[in-house]
Amino acid sequence: MSLLTVNNLGKAYRSYRSEWQRIARWFFLPVAPSEEHWVLKHVSFDIQPGEAIGIVGQNGAGKSTLLKMITGTLQPSEGSIQVNGRIAAILELGMGFNPELSGRQNVYHAAGLMGFSGEQMDTVIDDIEAFAEIGEYFDESVRTYSSGMQMRVAFAVATAFRPEILIVDEALSVGDSYFQHKSFDRIREFQQQGTTLLIVSHDRGAIQGLCNRAILLESGTVIKDGPPEEVMDFYNAIIAEKENSTVKVVTLDSGAVQTRSGSAEASIKSVSLADATGAAVEYVPVGQPVTLRIQVDVNVAIPELVVGYMIKDRLGQEVYGTNTHHLGCKLAAQQAGDTLEYRFAFDANLGVGSYSVAVALHTTDSHMAHNYEWRDHALVFNVVNVDRPPFVGVSWLPPVVEYVK
Amino acid sequence: MFGMLRGLWEYRSFVVSSIKNEFIARFARSRLGGLWMIIHPLAQVAIYALILSNVLAAKLPGIDNKYAYALYLMAGMLAWNLFSEIVSRCLTIFIENGNLMKKMRFPRIALPVIVVGSCLLNNLLLFVAVLAVFAILGHAPTMQMFWLIPMTLSVVALGVGIGLVLGVLNVFLRDIGQVVPIVLQILFWFTPIVYSVNIIPEALRGALVYNPMYPVVTSYQNILVYGTSPDMHHIWSAFGLAFGLMLLGLFLFRRASAEMVDAL
Repeated sequence: MSLLTVNNLGKAYRSYRSEWQRIARWFFLPVAPSEEHWVLKHVSFDIQPGEAIGIVGQNGAGKSTLLKMITGTLQPSEGSIQVNGRIAAILELGMGFNPELSGRQNVYHAAGLMGFSGEQMDTVIDDIEAFAEIGEYFDESVRTYSSGMQMRVAFAVATAFRPEILIVDEALSVGDSYFQHKSFDRIREFQQQGTTLLIVSHDRGAIQGLCNRAILLESGTVIKDGPPEEVMDFYNAIIAEKENSTVKVVTLDSGAVQTRSGSAEASIKSVSLADATGAAVEYVPVGQPVTLRIQVDVNVAIPELVVGYMIKDRLGQEVYGTNTHHLGCKLAAQQAGDTLEYRFAFDANLGVGSYSVAVALHTTDSHMAHNYEWRDHALVFNVVNVDRPPFVGVSWLPPVVEYVK
Repeated sequence: MFGMLRGLWEYRSFVVSSIKNEFIARFARSRLGGLWMIIHPLAQVAIYALILSNVLAAKLPGIDNKYAYALYLMAGMLAWNLFSEIVSRCLTIFIENGNLMKKMRFPRIALPVIVVGSCLLNNLLLFVAVLAVFAILGHAPTMQMFWLIPMTLSVVALGVGIGLVLGVLNVFLRDIGQVVPIVLQILFWFTPIVYSVNIIPEALRGALVYNPMYPVVTSYQNILVYGTSPDMHHIWSAFGLAFGLMLLGLFLFRRASAEMVDAL
């Protein structure tokens, strides 16, 4: 049985010529709204217990509307949501805290707002106090708290009982890093015990690190639902997409999904990796000098050309990226029909594993301004350890070791 | 309807702690704290008594206490204070808690229930204070005072009924929030609280039946000042109206609650 079923969900904000017409509708009078503004439409998905789902989308895509309907604060205009379990949301930490009351009193009050009784809270109040780690402040009025302390108490209450579904907002990234680690540990712990996570974030690292599925919302509909890496690539491409450009998704022979987008004034002809002798390689020994060659076709005369690349590990985490703007090798106006070859020479100071290279052609310092072409998985190569001492991790940082006695 | 009640029961500890916290917060950093809730109406009574007693005291028949006018004022104020507090707090309750309603899921009906609980607590304190003042002025309590229990209920029902209707409408039509305090002020002066009903010209006295607070306030004065049981006719009309308004308020509340969050 699925934990959460969202079926053809839609939300419309209706406006009327006069508010009296809205009121008349409550008395079952047939009045048509003058305007309907749909912020969410035809959204359907199923969530199984223990999943971790990232919800991504640009501002205004409908993420918070969707979450509000899942938590139940907003009523859907059409469709339905079926929830089999308790939902807790870490969206608005410290909501309903009264500054004049002590932390302890606020804990009881906030838990009441979540539907827990005083007796239930008595059993966990010590855990909450211990988890928040704010010492004697726990019995002082919240008005004397720093925002970080308030966050600690609020998080401790919100997660006092394990919910079936936990909604986590990216706002969680506030607070000190010690407590951030502590709270993420608790979230992971919940997940291992079977709690389903719904995470809203723009942070690729958080989505790919925590989630096993991502849902991309765009102007109120689900446009992609799948593995986080694939969805995030698509999301990045959408952000970069401008005016007349297109987004194309190709499934490569290896089974990975490649996303291409751009306005195509310039295009990527080929991408290859060569060793010191100039021969193309797929396997690179740790620490070897290599050259990344990118051939670019200029299709239409363009005012400026910047070539960038990004090396990602097999999980899609960014390892290293730069572009010719930052390297001080930006090219000015290019004629139609030109073909250029860029050569980026570097030492493969990478850990053992599989890496992919994403390449982008654009203007100025990022691909946000004008994107000619963006290609994920333009090249995949493997780093192997041939002659170096064994090590772990994604980078090769050889130390010199000595000891004194 | 039963869902609403069940939700309320599940959130009973939230309701109780809200009322308690409101009370505690009022005492925080204030020496007299909650006592101010009693001092305000009593000060008002003292002012009216000082200024108006000479003008109006002669017109109060049937009490042989030289502070008769003060007693009369306090009886009316006890009823009016509860009514106007419930109405004016229900009026802004959804707007004030808009953020909470947008962010947290809890039975919305808890909000007016908290208001009623908190107002009842204030009214109880005021009642104790009134009894104390009565004792000082030499007016002994009577068994008739038990009539105040049903009367208080009818004031609450009336206040919640009117307050819920206005509170829901106020979310969509903010002018209501501005108009209501004025209307309340007018209604106060059109209810025989600071004056006695017999100074109203006969021709206009008939209009009083349209004032929902008239029968209630009169009953309070009968119970507290004259020590007589209230006119049953008054009681039934007050109850009938109060109950009808409360049903209307709940109906509006149920129909509007889905859209309310959209408009906040």
